Amino acid sequence: MKAWDAIIIGGGHNGLVNACYLQRAGLDVLVVEKNDWVGGAATSRELTPGFLYSNCSYVCSLFRPEIMRDLELPRFGLQVISYEGGAVFTRDGDYLANYRDHDAHRREFARFSRRDAEAYDRYARDVTRQCRFIQPLLMRTAPDPASLRPRDLGELLYLGKKFAGLSAQEMALTLRFWTMSISDFLDEYFETDVIKANFALSGIIGTALGPMSPGTAYVLLHHYMGEVDGSVGAWGYARGGMGAVAKALAASFKASGGTIRTGAEVDHVLVDRGRAKGVVLAGGEEIHGKLVVSNADVKRTFLKLVEEKELPDIFLRRVTNFKIRGSSGKVNIALDSLPEFPALPKDSPVYRGDMHFTDSMERMERAYDDWKAGRWSADPFLDMVIPTTLDPTMAPPGKHFMSCFVQYAPPKVNGSEWTEADRDGFAESVIAQIAAYSPGFRDRIVHMEVRTPREIEAEVGLTEGNIFQGELTFDQLLFNRPIPGYAQYRSPVRGLYMCGSSTHPGGGVMGAPGRNAAAEILRDLAKSTPHMSPAHDVI
Amino acid sequence: MNQQATTASSTARIAGQGHFRTLRLGTPFQPRIDALARTQDWYNWAGYRAPHSLWDEELEYFAIRSQAALFDISPMTKYRIEGPDAEAMLNRVTLRDVGKLKPGRVHYTAWCDDEGFVLDDGTLFRLSPTRFRLCSQERHLPWLLDSASGFDVTVEEETEAVAGLALQGPTSFAVLRDAGFAGLEALKIFDIADFPHDGGTVTISRTGFTGDLGYELFVPSDKALSLWDRLMCAGELRGIRAIGYTALNRARLEAGLIVANADFTTAEHAIRADRLRMPDEIGLGFMVDPEKGHFNGRRAILEARAKRRLRHVLVGLEIDGNIPAEHAIVYHRKTREVGLVSAAMWSPMAKRNIAIASLARPYGDTVVEDLWVEIYAMRELQYQKLMKRAKIVARPFIKLDRRTANPPADF
Amino acid sequence: MTSFDCIVIGGGHNGLVAAATLAKTGRRVLVLEAANEVGGAARTEEFAPGFRTSSIAHLLNRLHPDVVKTLELEKHGLRFNRADFVPSVALSRDGPALMLHGAYGEVLTGASPTEQSAWKALRAQLLRYAGILKPFLSRRPPDLAGVSLLEAASLGQAALGLKKLGKEDMRDFLRVLLMNVADLLDEQLEDIRLKGLLAFDATLGSHLGPRSPTSLLGLYYRLAGEAGGMAGAQIVPQGGMGAVIAAIRASAEKAGVSIRVSSPVTRIIVEKGRAVGVALDTGEEMRARTIVSAINPATTFLHLIGPREIDTGFTRKVKNIRMKGDAAKLNLALDRPPQFTGVDATGHKGRLVIAPSPDHVERAFNPSKYGEFSPEPVMEITLPSLADPSLAPDGACVLSAVVQYAPYALKQGWNVGKPKFREAVMAQLEAYAPGVGKSVVHAELLTPADIETRYRMPGGHWHHGELQADQMLVSRPVSGWSGYDTPILGLFLGGAGSHPGGGVSGAPGLNAARRVLAMKG
Repeated sequence: MKAWDAIIIGGGHNGLVNACYLQRAGLDVLVVEKNDWVGGAATSRELTPGFLYSNCSYVCSLFRPEIMRDLELPRFGLQVISYEGGAVFTRDGDYLANYRDHDAHRREFARFSRRDAEAYDRYARDVTRQCRFIQPLLMRTAPDPASLRPRDLGELLYLGKKFAGLSAQEMALTLRFWTMSISDFLDEYFETDVIKANFALSGIIGTALGPMSPGTAYVLLHHYMGEVDGSVGAWGYARGGMGAVAKALAASFKASGGTIRTGAEVDHVLVDRGRAKGVVLAGGEEIHGKLVVSNADVKRTFLKLVEEKELPDIFLRRVTNFKIRGSSGKVNIALDSLPEFPALPKDSPVYRGDMHFTDSMERMERAYDDWKAGRWSADPFLDMVIPTTLDPTMAPPGKHFMSCFVQYAPPKVNGSEWTEADRDGFAESVIAQIAAYSPGFRDRIVHMEVRTPREIEAEVGLTEGNIFQGELTFDQLLFNRPIPGYAQYRSPVRGLYMCGSSTHPGGGVMGAPGRNAAAEILRDLAKSTPHMSPAHDVI
Repeated sequence: MNQQATTASSTARIAGQGHFRTLRLGTPFQPRIDALARTQDWYNWAGYRAPHSLWDEELEYFAIRSQAALFDISPMTKYRIEGPDAEAMLNRVTLRDVGKLKPGRVHYTAWCDDEGFVLDDGTLFRLSPTRFRLCSQERHLPWLLDSASGFDVTVEEETEAVAGLALQGPTSFAVLRDAGFAGLEALKIFDIADFPHDGGTVTISRTGFTGDLGYELFVPSDKALSLWDRLMCAGELRGIRAIGYTALNRARLEAGLIVANADFTTAEHAIRADRLRMPDEIGLGFMVDPEKGHFNGRRAILEARAKRRLRHVLVGLEIDGNIPAEHAIVYHRKTREVGLVSAAMWSPMAKRNIAIASLARPYGDTVVEDLWVEIYAMRELQYQKLMKRAKIVARPFIKLDRRTANPPADF
Repeated sequence: MTSFDCIVIGGGHNGLVAAATLAKTGRRVLVLEAANEVGGAARTEEFAPGFRTSSIAHLLNRLHPDVVKTLELEKHGLRFNRADFVPSVALSRDGPALMLHGAYGEVLTGASPTEQSAWKALRAQLLRYAGILKPFLSRRPPDLAGVSLLEAASLGQAALGLKKLGKEDMRDFLRVLLMNVADLLDEQLEDIRLKGLLAFDATLGSHLGPRSPTSLLGLYYRLAGEAGGMAGAQIVPQGGMGAVIAAIRASAEKAGVSIRVSSPVTRIIVEKGRAVGVALDTGEEMRARTIVSAINPATTFLHLIGPREIDTGFTRKVKNIRMKGDAAKLNLALDRPPQFTGVDATGHKGRLVIAPSPDHVERAFNPSKYGEFSPEPVMEITLPSLADPSLAPDGACVLSAVVQYAPYALKQGWNVGKPKFREAVMAQLEAYAPGVGKSVVHAELLTPADIETRYRMPGGHWHHGELQADQMLVSRPVSGWSGYDTPILGLFLGGAGSHPGGGVSGAPGLNAARRVLAMKG
């Protein structure tokens, strides 16, 4: 029986990135994916004729350009198109827009507050400084501070030196940044509620926290440290939907000789005397491999795919304690025409960007209170985009695909599984909110897909529907991610690695976990990595 | 503190939505400038469409030095700072002693953050005992409002409300006199006076950014065009010409004047901590007045002086040959990198190859010999690399008696 | 004009500790107190005829051992031992109460055997981790501007403490450091009463709920404190907190400190960037080489110094210190002792906590984010007159409670809101001590707004600034100035607004005095 050099469980974007790098290093790699398509949460699916849905992740920024280059993704069809603008609609019939042009951006803010308009520069400077500090850490393996191995000490020293290289003011800000709430942070710069709400949303997306929770300032950074071709912090659409990312990765993988098996759900990992030997599929088929890499989250991997007896108690306890509460849902809508927003001029670039309706910090925080109480938000926070305004490939001409990311949606409703009625109620909260700003919106709907954490877990396999494969709080970041002592992509089972977003640096369509895991695997195999670019310089 | 409300009502807000259609605004003089803009060579000055040049950047420069050049300074940021505590507040914010600035006078000053790093430089006009105008390159409303806390003073931006013109050059006085501004001859350098214009008032100061005889004129925006016409009409026989920034930039370099975010990075925009500069590091140490009482950054500046923590120095350079050394690296003994040129040109007035550079101390401070610049001159798609000797010289590079002569000469 | 070596502004416990420490070196020290007696929020006051109580702080659990030693407080009548430790009681509406005996639950009663052993492990872990942080309490936070070898070494020492933990323990320490308390409790405990009590303790005095990340730090802060030499122990002082103040005052006076009450300082006199004296409301001026302000940092800089003498960035930082209190104080004069359901006599002498579950505490927290008070508040209650009958008339009883959440900036205004809030508090009390309402002779409810006015604490915040991660250590009171000195030469800060923070510890005052001495001020 054939033994693959490596078997990757799960064809999500990180699994594919990992597979690509291993294959290019000369390994014979197999990706096994439970669904009939690859991509995990980065997919485009034709759920109604003529319309492509980015039905999980929907926008792109964090994907590391180094990886795009290494894996030749543009050659395999990946193209990212930047937003042209964005807005928060206000309840008094106005909106606050974000424009790409610096002066237009300032004038727009000045409509609300001249002071805030100018305070933006200082805010942008401070946030940029923090991003520059963190960005280089994305493509490095975190050290284990409890270890005395030279590599861990060296990496600790790197962190220490990097910190020591900051000015005293920057150090002070860095220390505060990691522990502040985005609400408190914004209060130090801005006076206008809607302007704060406009920035705060990056502090909560994908997170089981409200804007007033400490730690959300860091989450904001997590969403700011991406780029679209050098334009740092920019977000864009993948042409053809987020499936284009997976498609390009799969094509790149196959072009380098890799093999993908879809419709192949892994039942468990074969372990023999503490060493991973392969996987057993749901149908009982055994596939042997010299090493196994799991793209699934750390809970799914170690609580479902590996037998308990293979794992030390303390490891199991920490995996059990890993926090992975889902906080969001999706409502994906096919529209027979472009919705109108009377508040928004028809020629506004905002249509070609992200739109929001939560115009105050209090509304945002109250939406979170509902989640804490085990309910979906009565007045949800929406991150709404219409990619077809820039990408004609996703819907028939004149028709549109709309993606609504919705927060907050709990993994369970009042402690019970989501019911169909719950799901309808959740969808209605979203539609009602949009319709309040867009008359006739309901009549434009051709088809709609509603995804609560339940659907996200069932289809994509993300435990509790958490889109980051684990919450982004300090106790689960850097050397704590996914769990202390195992932040280096390895596991207690020899030959079994992790490469999903549960690992450093975390979630979002970034690819860094997959790449970093490949680097560690190749290090263990004593293989050189000429095909792996180092992180881009931050100068 | 009483200050202008910085937030707007919803009707006013909604009325302003359409600004996204015009990314670069016109100034109040735009109809006249557009009519003269033969090169259509624009750049973005703080969100305004401003000319690099209008008809010939070389000749525009000579208009400054031999005739009278008219330059639109409306996009410059302007703040009105007014109230019983205006002097005290500005004294607390800026480096120089505002107590010594008499009504009807202007001075060039700068202001710093708590760490003593320069936020900007600019000109402070004392229009009356309790009313000031602060003009600068960058915007500073949050800083000024926060600095006004505890003072009985109003801070209001008036960039849009007040249009500005610089009229510079040897015939500038004659032009203004012929335009009917009676009594202008009494204005000495850095004096300000109000004159009637078009049923309103124009404020004229004997100031400028050229090192030449010149004036700056400020009017309410709705009187801008009539002022322009009045000057152009009166100046016709005196060779008045409208000019763009390239010409002005040459004149300012000859005058040895620095430009924020060209010769140094302002503190609120510096992302890299080593780009920050203290006044002593950009040649503005003369402004620091330790005797006048507290001012922002005082503690840090005096401490840096006492502990010899100043790390840079801004110098004027005279470079061999005639090839401008723009953005050239400065070396000591041709080997050690010690700084960077931020502005350079062949000076027609000095007949010298001049430059402003920022050097790492002790170079430029105590070590001033054996300095070189490496010039990369692009000629027909190839760099001609030149290593040229550079000598530290005093600024300004040119000194024109007519700038300060009293009464101003009638050319 | 009178002249001193040092003038200490504010005769709260930190001011007195700083003054005593300085006077012991032979310096001539004057304490200026605005109120007509010293002690600040740690006084014992009569709030109804014949009824006396600790004004705000009613439990002693963190008086720093260095303070006790430096001021020789034991000689001045402050001596505690194990017999003085009081238990914490997690009240239950309908069942028996759960009790933590000894120093923060050396023995747990009222819980299942499995819960008892889980608690034992958790308690040990909490104390171990709090112990790592403990040395920081009496130390100046590191200076980021010149992270010198010396400071690196002192930080290294803390790291060394970490290494002593052992590998897995150290990993856990780093994981949970900034965690929320609710998640940690869910990982290790079952009993919601116990979890409710701990969730309450972690968030008491701060604008956080148990689900807020970093809320565990509040519990560490509590457990880094000690009483009678035991970490986590708590005492209801005989004679109220005023007795502690009396001892500190006696020590200060013995060291030669002059104390002037009813002398509000209106201005710190600054000449050329240096503090040279103070002016009183009478216009009287006094000079000193060193001024220690043991009052609120915002009051110090925004009012006593004024923005003219300080930089804009610094003013911004001071204005950005979050210090809006959420804790109210309820003092009840009762005609007879209340009977809390399921609590025995020992329990009644302890700290009685109404916080039925972490979720309940979280729900109580929610409205405070929007300027509303908790409809079902959480609180800790003491009955000080049970142990010290002199505090109340014969047969009568004093009930002292710290109640959360009562946001300083109540949207509807405290004039309107206070009666409603009192009703909510009384309803909670009634539910746990049926009949207590009828026994009330007099009720005094101090909202944060009242506390602000009465004790001159801006925002009515007993820490003089939220004690959250971003306002701790090097960021307390503001970043760049965490080492007790200030941009004004000769002016030092020594109140709860400085590191390590509030509570009757004396640590900020002691640390500030040590800094003055190190600077030869």
